Formats: sequence, structure tokens, C-alpha cells
Amino acid sequence: MTGETTAALLLLADGRLPAGGHAHSGGLEPSVAADRVRDVASLETFLRGRAMTSGLLAAAFSASACAAVLAGANGRLGVLEEELDARQPSPVLRQTSRKLGRQLVRAMRVIRPHDCWVGLGRSPHHPIVLGAAAAVSGLRPCAAALAAVHDAVAGPATAAVRLLGLDPFATHAALARLGPLLDAIAADAERYADADPAHLPAGSAPLLDLAAEHHATWEVRLFAS
Amino acid sequence: MPHDHDHTHDHPHPHVDTAGVLPREPGRALRIGIGGPVGSGKTALVAALCRSLGAEVNLAVVTNDIYTTEDADFLLRNGVLPNERVRAVETGACPHTAIRDDISANLEALEDLEESIPGVELLLVESGGDNLTATFSRGLVHKQIYVVDVAGGDKVPRKGGPGVTRADLLVINKTDLADRVNADLSVMDRDSRAQRGDLPTVFLSLTEDPTAAPVAAWVRGCLAEGAAETSGVASGTAATG
Repeated sequence: MTGETTAALLLLADGRLPAGGHAHSGGLEPSVAADRVRDVASLETFLRGRAMTSGLLAAAFSASACAAVLAGANGRLGVLEEELDARQPSPVLRQTSRKLGRQLVRAMRVIRPHDCWVGLGRSPHHPIVLGAAAAVSGLRPCAAALAAVHDAVAGPATAAVRLLGLDPFATHAALARLGPLLDAIAADAERYADADPAHLPAGSAPLLDLAAEHHATWEVRLFAS
Repeated sequence: MPHDHDHTHDHPHPHVDTAGVLPREPGRALRIGIGGPVGSGKTALVAALCRSLGAEVNLAVVTNDIYTTEDADFLLRNGVLPNERVRAVETGACPHTAIRDDISANLEALEDLEESIPGVELLLVESGGDNLTATFSRGLVHKQIYVVDVAGGDKVPRKGGPGVTRADLLVINKTDLADRVNADLSVMDRDSRAQRGDLPTVFLSLTEDPTAAPVAAWVRGCLAEGAAETSGVASGTAATG
């Protein structure tokens, strides 16, 4: 990441990016219902776990997708799609990832017009689109990874403020404490930028998978996931 | 994606407007947003429009209820529309965000309906009940109806807000309750005119008029106007599509 592209990263990672993320809690809503998250301390633990599992997964795939688009190797994106499918056992979470990916493509087509948006298929996975969006924004794989892992915790943190009425300052303080961890995860994910897609990490959080499947059956819910 | 070639081909591709206003395109459905405060009668109005227009217009509905499927279920339960013509969008506890700041999920629901219902002519997007500051993005709908009710107080039109001042049609609903809640319809009429200039306002009581006749007539007018506009586009330059 250079000084010239920092603004592009801020734009991509901003929660105000109109790409559908605001309606998703990243597993927080079912975790609140199960009383696993009830205050800022339990939220911080939840976010830490999420960053180290699904956050790392998303970061590595975003870094790899970013590197592929930068190298003009867009064909590798299809392989990444299959590899990411294999790493997400929950059908609901696979579907959510593809839905958010589709929405991000729709937004990016206008925000940063580029040929790569045409060949991504109907509903590509979100981390892969995010990596492509980073590349198209002039960013490097490390920035793509950082945007992905930031996204993995910022969304649920906002959902916690809405669902539990947590103090927004205290919630953001928790995010600030997670900063060094997010940087470390992004640096770790960057190492996979040019790796064989089969060798990308496969971290998972079984409880998040189960919670997502359960949440999708609720009759009344505020968030889409 | 903006393109400068003529529309001589018929393959489907996304049309993205870069000027921020949704263009009417030949052969594509008219999108009307229906917004307003909680309990003002949005879902009942949508149901009435479906009953009034359903036989003559190929239509479908997207709901944005706070609790995801409550309004969609109402439309299904009352037999107003079959399952395949209703989509519910989850709004993450922020119904105004889903119709204004980040319209992604609603765009997706609308595109799904356009794909799954050949020849659909009218798409109604009902917002979740919200406050007076909510308004629809011009990137999501072509026209918007704002629904308030007399029981919310006869001062509502004077309080304004983008829905009251700029909606293409303001509906003042539940006029049959006016006497019981001490609402002065003449005050609401006067304030609406002051706020809205030439934009139309209609008074409605779905109890007395279950067909929502004046609103249905306004929608028919929009459909006819759109048909005239789009045929004009088709015979002129197609480069802006």
C-alpha cells in the first residue's frame, strides 16, 4: 500500500459503501439471541474469533483475487471460486457470500468501471469480488486482505450497536483494540497472494456455520444473515 | 454500464445509470416506491392497488418490512398476489438505508422479479415503516408515493420532510377517522399545497374505497406516461439507455 492509494482503500472499506453489507450481521444476530454476545467484552471475543477464522479466509481469498486481476490472470478467479466453496460448509453462508458478491459487483460497475466485472459470473463470492475491486482501485493484495478482514468485524460491530444498544464509543474502542490483530491477519493473508489456490487457508468457525443455518429458519429477524 | 452502441441487439445486460436517476427503458417495468410512517397504511394500499390493477397490469411487489416477511406474508395470506410475485428484503434494522443510502438488496429483488416474471410492467417497492425523513433513492424507483394518515396528526404535512414535500404523490389516508382524532382535513390540504406546490395530493379512506381508486388512477397515468416516453426514446436516439 502506498500513500497514493490510501484514499482508494478507505473508500472500499468504508461502511457507507453502498454494496448491501448494512443488512448483514455476520452471525451476530443469532449469537445475541443465544446469549453468546451480550456486552462489549463478549462482542470483542466474538469479533476476535471471527477475524481469525472467516476473516482470515476472506482476507486470503481477497489477496489472491487481487493478485490474479493485477496479473491479468482473471481465469484464476474461477479456481478461487471453487476453492472458497469447498471451505464454506454452510449452504446459507455460501449463498450469503455470493449474494454480497453480486451486490458488490453491481456497485463497482458504476464506482470503478472495468472489464473484469463482465467476466465474474452471475454471483461470485464476496471476498473474490472485493479482491478484484481492490485491484481495480489500484490497490495491492495486502490492502485487499485488510479490507476483507476489516469488513469481517466492522459489520457485526455495527449490528451489535443496533441490536443490543451497546455504547457506540465502547464498541469502536473494541475495534481499535483489534487493530493490531487485523494488521497481522492481513499480513498473513498477503503471503497467499500468489500461492496455488488449493493451498489457501481453510479456517472455519463451526458455531458461526451452525448459527447461520439456524438464523435462516427464523420467522422474524432483523438482518439477512 | 454506460455504452455508446445502438440497441440493435437483444442480449440482456445490466443498464447502469451514471447520472443517478433511473431511466425508463422500453420494455422494462415502471418502479414505484411506496413509503411513509409506521401504521399509515402502506401495506393496505399496496394490497388495494394489487386488487385494482392486478387484472389489467402485470405487476409484482417488493416489501421492506422491519421484521423481514410480515408485510409479504400479509399480501400472500390475503390472496392479493401469488408467492412468485412477492419478494421480501431484509433491511438490517434500517429500513430507510435500504431504500435510500444502500439500495443493493432492493435492486437485486427487483431484477430477480424482472427475470422471473416475463413482461412484468409494474413493480411496487413498499418501504418499511419509518420516519418523516425517509425517501426513496432516484436510483431505485421512477416514482414514489408517500402515505401519511390523519391519525398521525393533522400537523404532519406542515412538518414536511422529503416524503411530504417531494414525493410524486402524497396520500393522506384514513380520512374516515378524521372526526375521531380531531384532525382537520382542510388544514392538511392547505399545508400539503403549501409544501408541495403543483405536486398532487389525494385523500383516501380504504374503508370507504377499498379499490384506492384515485391512487390506482394515478398509477395508470404513470404507466401511460411512461409508455409514451419510452416509445419516444425508442424512435429517437437509443444511445442514452
